[in-house]
Amino acid sequence: MAVLILADHDGSAVTQPTRSAVAAATKLGDVTVLVFGPRAAADSAAQVAGVARVLHSEDALYANGLAEPVSALLVSMAPEYSHLLAPASAAGKNVMPRVAALLDVQVISDISGVVDADTFVRPIYAGNAMATVKSSDAKKVITVRAASFDPAPATGGSAAVEAAPKGDDPALSTFLGAEIAKSERPELTAAKIVVSGGRAMGSSENFHIIESIADKLGAAVGASRAAVDAGYAPNDHQVGQTGKIVAPDLYIAVGISGAIQHLAGMKDSKVIVAINKDEEAPIFSVADYGLVGDLFKVMPEFEAELAKK
Amino acid sequence: MKLLVPVKRVVDYNVKVRVKADQTGVETANVKMSMNPFDEIAVEEAVRLKEKGIATEIIAVSAGPAACAEQIRTALAMGADRGILIEHDGVLEPLAVAKLLKAVIEKESPQLVILGKQAIDDDMNATGQMLAALMGWPQGTYASKVESEDGGLKVTREVDGGLERLQLKLPAIVTTDLRLNEPRYASLPNIMKARKKPIENVKPADLGVDVTPRLTVLKVEEPPKRQAGKKVGSVQELVDKLRNEAKVI
Repeated sequence: MAVLILADHDGSAVTQPTRSAVAAATKLGDVTVLVFGPRAAADSAAQVAGVARVLHSEDALYANGLAEPVSALLVSMAPEYSHLLAPASAAGKNVMPRVAALLDVQVISDISGVVDADTFVRPIYAGNAMATVKSSDAKKVITVRAASFDPAPATGGSAAVEAAPKGDDPALSTFLGAEIAKSERPELTAAKIVVSGGRAMGSSENFHIIESIADKLGAAVGASRAAVDAGYAPNDHQVGQTGKIVAPDLYIAVGISGAIQHLAGMKDSKVIVAINKDEEAPIFSVADYGLVGDLFKVMPEFEAELAKK
Repeated sequence: MKLLVPVKRVVDYNVKVRVKADQTGVETANVKMSMNPFDEIAVEEAVRLKEKGIATEIIAVSAGPAACAEQIRTALAMGADRGILIEHDGVLEPLAVAKLLKAVIEKESPQLVILGKQAIDDDMNATGQMLAALMGWPQGTYASKVESEDGGLKVTREVDGGLERLQLKLPAIVTTDLRLNEPRYASLPNIMKARKKPIENVKPADLGVDVTPRLTVLKVEEPPKRQAGKKVGSVQELVDKLRNEAKVI
């Protein structure tokens, strides 16, 4: 069987969630990765362990990941493949259901496990239940939950890079621009440590307490929906059912009560630390280490303690 | 222009769902049901477009059991003009719903369809994109801002790392993200008025759509339960545990 993966990249290398999709795909068949954008990103895909072939295009039609032309191309390439995969990123989740409908198949979103070529596990109800589903469609179109698959190593592969074909331009949409926050910090879904703040932060100014600790730890910064809704943190920091799903080695929840929707986004983290002044907060029921206390007192102490070796 | 707003009946977001003992699904009997929160945002956006004079008529449509009429009534009370209930008992996957909606679109000819990006029950995040595909229309998913511009639509989207702006030709599909708006509560007079608004009842067969599911649910299980750990007494103890016990920093 042959698998095609639609890759995400940061301009120079494929993302960690893309490598998680590769890990899922290697259970299904020979892996081809499709990369739009700079050659360097395609070269990085060729190095990923388990990748057999890379198809690359620098065509402007695909540069911004517009769903309409990208889907049209994927559909034209589909006959060669049994499975079409993408990481369950904003880009993958935008494109893959469109591809599936064009192929008259039901997309299988956000899989957390591969049972066999037709059968997959996926979370439903914000991860409060896990469904095992078997697809009767001839071709499978899938998005992969990165947090559930250890990423394929970034090196070890030596795939050939070939030119991707070009499909039709449906000319339905135009890319106007983007405001992508530039950050020195690791990407939220790929970080080994995540420090998140909740409503108890009280203001966007106070959020620097979270950022400061994150920088000490080399961590990414996250937020609860309450904190995002209150304007303390930007939208793309949201961890939860409808935001980012993360599973770092260490997740530190600061002033987050632990609504079901938030827990859905982080409960697969290896080690969870909760810092909250309400000892009844639900977040403590999933935390490995809980510290009851006022975050404005605890966090400066925490930072000082980290500075000590 | 005419707007179509699909709304889904789902287990209320405040309900802690329980997996059935026989692993066939989650318990939905005697559980509070509501309109999918993202669809409420879609209805609100449609009503605002009507208030701005951009939309002329809003049709709320729901596919599912007869009780979906409740969610259509909610949409009507928020400001939709009329409803269509596509009555079907049994599983409806996003592909089937998209096909049903396509049949409705072919009859009603709306210029814009606004719907939630994701339903909070199956978490599929697919119906809008699939409908756009079947119609051959552009899609503006995860919208945080929608503006009518130059005979088209300017959509600001929430993407990984920030925001992105697209220009879409009409007709188009927009799916809503959390920050698009804050849905209104229906006032009592509007709830009363909504009772008089018409809801048309159709069946998938009337629309000529085969809704046979493509996925068979083999089992539904509880996720592995996470054990609560220990409380630590001080920051020093916490950092010590993280360094020497968990070895994560």
